[in-house]
Amino acid sequence: MAHKSETQATRRRWLLLSPAMFILLFAASGPLLIVVIYSFLTAGDYGGVVWSFSTDAWFNVVVERDFFDDTLSFSDAHLSIFWRSVKLSLMTTFVAFIVGFPTAYFIATRPKNSRDIWMLLIMIPFWTNLLIRTFAVMEIIRNEGVVNSVLVGLGIIDQPIQMLFTEFAITLGMFYVYLPLMVLPIYASMERFDFSLVEAAYDLYASRWRVLRRVIFPIVKPGVIAGSILVFVPSLGAYVTPRVLGGGKHLMLGNLIELQFGQGRNWPLGAALSITLLAIVMIALIFYVRSAGREEMSHG
Amino acid sequence: MAKSRAFDIRRQTGFVPIALACFVLLYLPIILLVIYSFNAGESIAIWEGFSLQWYVSAWQNDKVQDATILSLIIAASASVIATSAAVMAALATTRTRGFKGYTLVFAMINQPLMIPEIVTAVALLIFFAMIKVATGYTGLMYLIIAHSAFCIPFAYMPIRARLQGMDLNLEQAGADLYGTPWRVFRRVTLPQLWPGVLAGGMLAFVISLDDVVITEFVKSAGQDTLPTYMLGQMRRVITPEVNAISTALLAISVALVIAFYLLSKGGNQSTGRR
Amino acid sequence: MIEISGLTKTFGAGASAFLALDDINVEIRQNEFFTLLGPSGCGKTTLLRSIAGFVDPTSGSLTIEGQDVLALPPYARPVNTVFQNYALFPHMTVAENIGFGLEMQDRPKAEIKSVVDDMLELVQMTAMADRMTSQISGGQQQRVALARALAPKPKVLLLDEPLSALDFKLRKEMQIELKRLQSETGITFVFVTHDQEEALTMSDRIAVMSAGRILQIGGPKDIYDHPAERFVADFIGDTNFLDARIESVEGDTALLKLGSGNTIAARAVQGGATSGAVTLAVRPEHTTLTKDSALIDGVLENIVYFGTDTHYHVTLNGGGSFVVRKQNQPNIPEAFSIGEMVGVQFNAGVGQVLRD
Repeated sequence: MAHKSETQATRRRWLLLSPAMFILLFAASGPLLIVVIYSFLTAGDYGGVVWSFSTDAWFNVVVERDFFDDTLSFSDAHLSIFWRSVKLSLMTTFVAFIVGFPTAYFIATRPKNSRDIWMLLIMIPFWTNLLIRTFAVMEIIRNEGVVNSVLVGLGIIDQPIQMLFTEFAITLGMFYVYLPLMVLPIYASMERFDFSLVEAAYDLYASRWRVLRRVIFPIVKPGVIAGSILVFVPSLGAYVTPRVLGGGKHLMLGNLIELQFGQGRNWPLGAALSITLLAIVMIALIFYVRSAGREEMSHG
Repeated sequence: MAKSRAFDIRRQTGFVPIALACFVLLYLPIILLVIYSFNAGESIAIWEGFSLQWYVSAWQNDKVQDATILSLIIAASASVIATSAAVMAALATTRTRGFKGYTLVFAMINQPLMIPEIVTAVALLIFFAMIKVATGYTGLMYLIIAHSAFCIPFAYMPIRARLQGMDLNLEQAGADLYGTPWRVFRRVTLPQLWPGVLAGGMLAFVISLDDVVITEFVKSAGQDTLPTYMLGQMRRVITPEVNAISTALLAISVALVIAFYLLSKGGNQSTGRR
Repeated sequence: MIEISGLTKTFGAGASAFLALDDINVEIRQNEFFTLLGPSGCGKTTLLRSIAGFVDPTSGSLTIEGQDVLALPPYARPVNTVFQNYALFPHMTVAENIGFGLEMQDRPKAEIKSVVDDMLELVQMTAMADRMTSQISGGQQQRVALARALAPKPKVLLLDEPLSALDFKLRKEMQIELKRLQSETGITFVFVTHDQEEALTMSDRIAVMSAGRILQIGGPKDIYDHPAERFVADFIGDTNFLDARIESVEGDTALLKLGSGNTIAARAVQGGATSGAVTLAVRPEHTTLTKDSALIDGVLENIVYFGTDTHYHVTLNGGGSFVVRKQNQPNIPEAFSIGEMVGVQFNAGVGQVLRD
C-alpha cells in the first residue's frame, strides 16, 4: 500500500510539473540544443544555414581565414571583443563591489524596521526597465547632458568631454543597471551577521580596518562572491547597454552575436559564439556553486 | 542632549557617504529623465519650461499606441500563463522530500535566470524561424510563449517562498476534518497561497513588460512592443517623447513593485504568528 | 475501540532505514483517556499520525470499531486531531475554523451554526467567535483547536502534545479542562506527551514508549509503582536500582538476596527471570534512613534540601549509590550529618523486580 501511494504521488507531481516543463522545454531549454547543432552547420549566403556539417564556425570564433590567400591568423576583431567583454565585465564587477559593499553594510546597520525600506529603494530601479535606465544614463553623459553642461557652466572645462560611446560609458551603464544585484546578496549575508563578533574583535585590540578585514569580510564573503557572479554574468552577456551606450563602436560579445544574425549573416558563427558565451558563464556559475556551497541563488 | 560619546562598533570610515552617494546615483538619472519628459522644448538637455506636450504627442502616435497595446497583451497573457504554470510547479516541488529529477527540474525552472538573455534570444530566433518556415504562422504566440518561459522563474520564486512558509499542518488539519484533497486545496491552500500568486503574477507582468532582448529577436515584422519601439528610436534624434513613454512605463513598474513589496510583507506578517 | 496489532513503520530504506514503530500491539478502549508517553523520537507521534492517517504504516493492522482504516485517507477516518501547534487556519475566523469539519462533511448550514455555537460555549469562546485566529491568545487558540476537532463528534480525538506551547499555569488549567471535556463528551482521547506528570495526572491508562516499541501499558499508579522495565522506572519519577539475586518466586512475589546479604520480598515481574541476577527498583520516597544498620548500609554523602522534602545521598558499602527521600516537617532539626554511617530500610513488597 505504501508503494501505491508513492507512485500516485510521483504521477501527480509530474502532472503538475508538465505545463511549466513544456513551456520551458519549448521556449528555453530545447532551443539551446538547436543552437549547438547550428554551430556545426554551414552558413547560408543570405543568412540561415545549409544543412551540411562544418566546423568552420568554431574555427571562426578565434581564427580568421584570409579572403585572398586562405592563410589562417588569429581573428584580432573577435579576440579584442572577447577581451573587451571580459575586461569591462570585471571592471563593472569591481566598481559594483566598491560601491555595493558599503551600501549593503549601511543598510544592514540601519534599525530593523527601516532596512526593508532601504532595500526597496535598491530594488525599485532593478525592477524597472533596463532599457529606460540605460537611456537615463545616456541622457546624463551626452555632450549636451547634465554632467557636461554643469562642468562647462562652472568653467572647469571649455569643451564637453566625450563620454558617450566610449568604454567608460558602457562600464558606467552596466555598473548602474547591475548594482542592485551586488547589493542584494551582500545584504542578505550581512543581515544575518552577528555584531557581537565585532565587539569581541574590538575587545581583542582590533582596529576598525582590521575588524572589517578579519571579521566582517570573511563572514559575509559568500554574499560577496554571489554578488560578484550575479553582476559578472549578465555583464558578460550584455547586449542593450553596449548597444545604446557604446554606439556600435565598442562591441561586446552580445553585440557580436547579434551581428551574425543581422548584417554578418553567419548564423553558425553566431551559434558558436553563443555557445562560447554560455560556456564562460557556466564556468563562472560552477565556480560560484563550488565556493558558495549549496546556498540557493535568490535572484538573477 | 549631550552627544553620546560611546564607541560605535558599527561605524566604518567612509561607508555612509559611499552608501548615500550610491542612492543618489541610482535615482539621479531616473529623476532627470522624468523631469525632462515635461520639457516644453525639443531638447533632453536644455530646460525650456513645463509642458505635457510630449505625453500628448506620444499618446497620439499610432506606433506608440500599437506598441502599448501589444506590450499589454503579451504581458497579460504571459504573466497569466507563467503564473499558472508556476503555481503547479511550486506545488509539485515544494514541501516534498527530494525526488528523482529534482535537480533537473530546478535547473530548468531557473534556466532563464542563469543563461544570458542574448543566448536564449538567439536560440529562439533560430528555433522559431524553423517553425515559421514549417507552418507559415507568424502571429503573436511566439512572443507570448517566449515571454511565458522567462517569466516562469520570477512567478515561481514568490509562490514557492509562500508555500515553504506555509504550515504543512494546516492542510493535514483540513484533511483530518474531512476535506478531500481538492476541497482542502480550494479552501485552505489557495487562500493562503494567494498573496504569493498575486506577487508572482505581478513580477511576471513587470518582467514581460520590460523585456527588450528576447522580444527584439523573436518578433516578426510589425510586432514592436514599447521597449523595442524605444530601442529603435534611440538610433535617431531623441526627443522628450521617449522620456514621456519611459516615465509612463516607469510609473507602472514602480507601482507594481511597491504593491509586490507590500503584498509580500503583509503576507509574511499574517503567517508569522508563532 | 481501536485495535492495533503488529503495526510497524520504517522510514527510508537500506542502510539509512529508521524503524519508527516496531511491532506495536495495543487496544484502546471506549471512552478512555489513553496516553502515549515517551521521550522525543520514541515513535509516539508516528503512532498517533498512523491512527490519523498521515503516516502510512509499513505493515500491521489498525481498526476502529472493527473497521479497517488503514486503506482510508485521513479525510475518511472518524478521528480528529488537535495539532501540536494547533494548525488553525489563519484566513478564517474562530467560528469558521470550528465549523470547517462540518462544512467539509456537507452538513446543513443551520446544523453547522448550532454545533459551532455549542462548541464555542463548551470551550468558553463565544465572545471570540468572529475574531481571526491570529488575534487571540495561545490558550484561546488551544481551546479553538479543541473545539474544531470536537465539532464533528469524532469517535476518537487525537491530541499531539497540545499543551506543550502553554505556560505552566495555563497548562495546569487546560489539563483539568481536557479531563472535563473528555468526560462530558464521552469521546475516546488518545493523548501524546513527553511530560510524565501530565500523563500521570490525566490518563486512565498510559503506554510508555521507547525506540518504537511499547514497553508497558497500565494505569498511572500501576506504571509508577510497578515499572516493568528499567527504562520505564527511570523515565517516570526517580528510582534507585539495586543489584540482587532471586532466591525464589511465588506468584507475583519474589524473594531476593541483596548485596548486603539481607533478604527482602519484592514484586516479581511478569515474564521475568525466576533465578539469578536481577535489578530491583525502589522509589526514594518508599524508603527511610536509619542511624542503625538496616537492610542495606552505607555512608551519607550529601543532604539536599528541596523545601517539600529532603534527599539523602548514600554511598552503599557494596558500591553504588542510593537516594532516600524524606518529607519535611516544621520545627524538626536535621537528625543526620554528612559522613555518618547510616542504614536504609524499606518494606517487603515495595521494590519491583525489573525485566532486564
